[in-house]
Amino acid sequence: MNFFVVSLIKIVIVFGVLMTTLAYLQWIERKVLAHIQVRTGPLRVGPHGLMQPLADVFKLLTKEDLFPPQVNRLVYLLAPFLAVCLALISISIIPFGPEINIFGVRTYMQISDLNVGVLFALAVSALSVYAVALAGWSSNNKYSLIGGLRGSAQLISYELPLTLAVAAPLLLANHLSFRAISNSQSGYYLGFIPRWNIFQMPFPQIFGFIIFMIAAFAETNRLPFDLPEAENELVAGFHTEYSSMKFACFFMSEYANMITISCIATLLFLGGWHPLFPAPYSNYIPSILLVLAAILLFYRAVLPARVRDRRTFPVFGIAALILAVVFAIPILQIVLIPVFWFASKVGIFLFTYIWVRGTLPRFRYDQLMHFAWTFLFPFALLNLLLTALFVALF
Amino acid sequence: MDTVLFIVFAVIAVVCAFNVVLQKHPIASALSLIGVMGSLAVLYLLLGAEFIAMTQIIVYSGAVMVLFVLVIMLLNAGAEKPSGKSWFAQIAGLPLLLGFVGLMGFLIRGSVVPWTGAVRFGSWAGGTAQNIGRLLFTQYLLPFEVVSILILIAILGAVVLGQRELD
Repeated sequence: MNFFVVSLIKIVIVFGVLMTTLAYLQWIERKVLAHIQVRTGPLRVGPHGLMQPLADVFKLLTKEDLFPPQVNRLVYLLAPFLAVCLALISISIIPFGPEINIFGVRTYMQISDLNVGVLFALAVSALSVYAVALAGWSSNNKYSLIGGLRGSAQLISYELPLTLAVAAPLLLANHLSFRAISNSQSGYYLGFIPRWNIFQMPFPQIFGFIIFMIAAFAETNRLPFDLPEAENELVAGFHTEYSSMKFACFFMSEYANMITISCIATLLFLGGWHPLFPAPYSNYIPSILLVLAAILLFYRAVLPARVRDRRTFPVFGIAALILAVVFAIPILQIVLIPVFWFASKVGIFLFTYIWVRGTLPRFRYDQLMHFAWTFLFPFALLNLLLTALFVALF
Repeated sequence: MDTVLFIVFAVIAVVCAFNVVLQKHPIASALSLIGVMGSLAVLYLLLGAEFIAMTQIIVYSGAVMVLFVLVIMLLNAGAEKPSGKSWFAQIAGLPLLLGFVGLMGFLIRGSVVPWTGAVRFGSWAGGTAQNIGRLLFTQYLLPFEVVSILILIAILGAVVLGQRELD
């Protein structure tokens, strides 16, 4: 009984955090893209456009739900459902921190620990091809069909380098459960180099990490690999015929996939929740960073770029100071510090996603396939072979 | 709990298996087959074979069936039209089916397959990736290597056939 109650609480927390991150990831994306292009981004709804995600949700919910007459009804409705289910299911095996003890209940900061967790994540990502393929096919629209076909071919092609890149850190960790993999990366070389898999002896997984990142961009249909929905040639690709909440399902699944794959990258290559610095120092990093952020905010409030900043920035500054104090409380540190390190690594990965979107143009389709099969796949194979060789030798 | 899950997914598997045959549209048949694969994976999971369950989903639902669906989409195969039924199927269909079911029942109940005791959900813990890996590299090393060579030959064959198509 206890197990069910604890699991239910964990599911509610993880789901709530995931949904909030989803909504605000989109706000952050618009803001970062805007600043890359020297614009200001969403600014009207709430201070600095912070209520924009809420407004978007209302807009999508209240829009007319069009149902094209020529579609295959069952498959047409199944595709967005499948997309959002498969995108949300992988988060259940992601560990966000070590074992904790709250009010005498010992539990892991993870919904469920599978001993084949990595395989589960790969299986779910293999199934997500169907959402794209079926959406493209059932819409009965030539743009959708081409988008769906492109999408499925791309997802199948990039799954190979992705899987091979994932296999190499598994050789170092010697386990398939995400928690065990993360635990195998604790500790430091020479007292300061973290034993994350990208630094892990005998064969650091830097190449594996780069291959994983590239393949992850393609797996989540993000620029520069967003050919299934290339809007200048395919209208909107496989989700052309979808409107209102059905479109929102695809939209949500894209961002949820981004978050999940960033979590997986963090766990496999960047050491999960293990901090960059040894323990006594790493506990003060969040507080110091937040105090610095607060100082910066107060400074910008004194010299505002816009009139409104004089009122909003002090509020954010005070919030950052309060958070800095919260992060310094020793009882809360046990829970918050691992989550901080995990979230910051995931955040850096997500920021890279947006950064790349603002920087790189889209590939041509034959370039995309050529790149996957003649460059990425052999390199991933070589990386795996070298890792296996070094692990066997040392 | 295990029994309830078993009954639910066994029923789904059987219904989907019937649906594969009964559906007129190839996409619907393919989707039903994915349902069969998925529910079989859950049954493996109930028996404690986690690795096999995940491999079932990755290989069958994720790779083989994606290829099926892609081919159906590419050819844009429409709904199947009923052709004139063959006289052989009309006459011998039912007796052959009954004979096959009877034979299967005899083989399972009889002494051909040795009786190894009742299966209990969750009582077996040998299905982890570690156990299977160890067995593959000790007891079943030769079959494993033979299968690898077989797959390699199949890959080479596919490359050769693809090359011929291009020329």
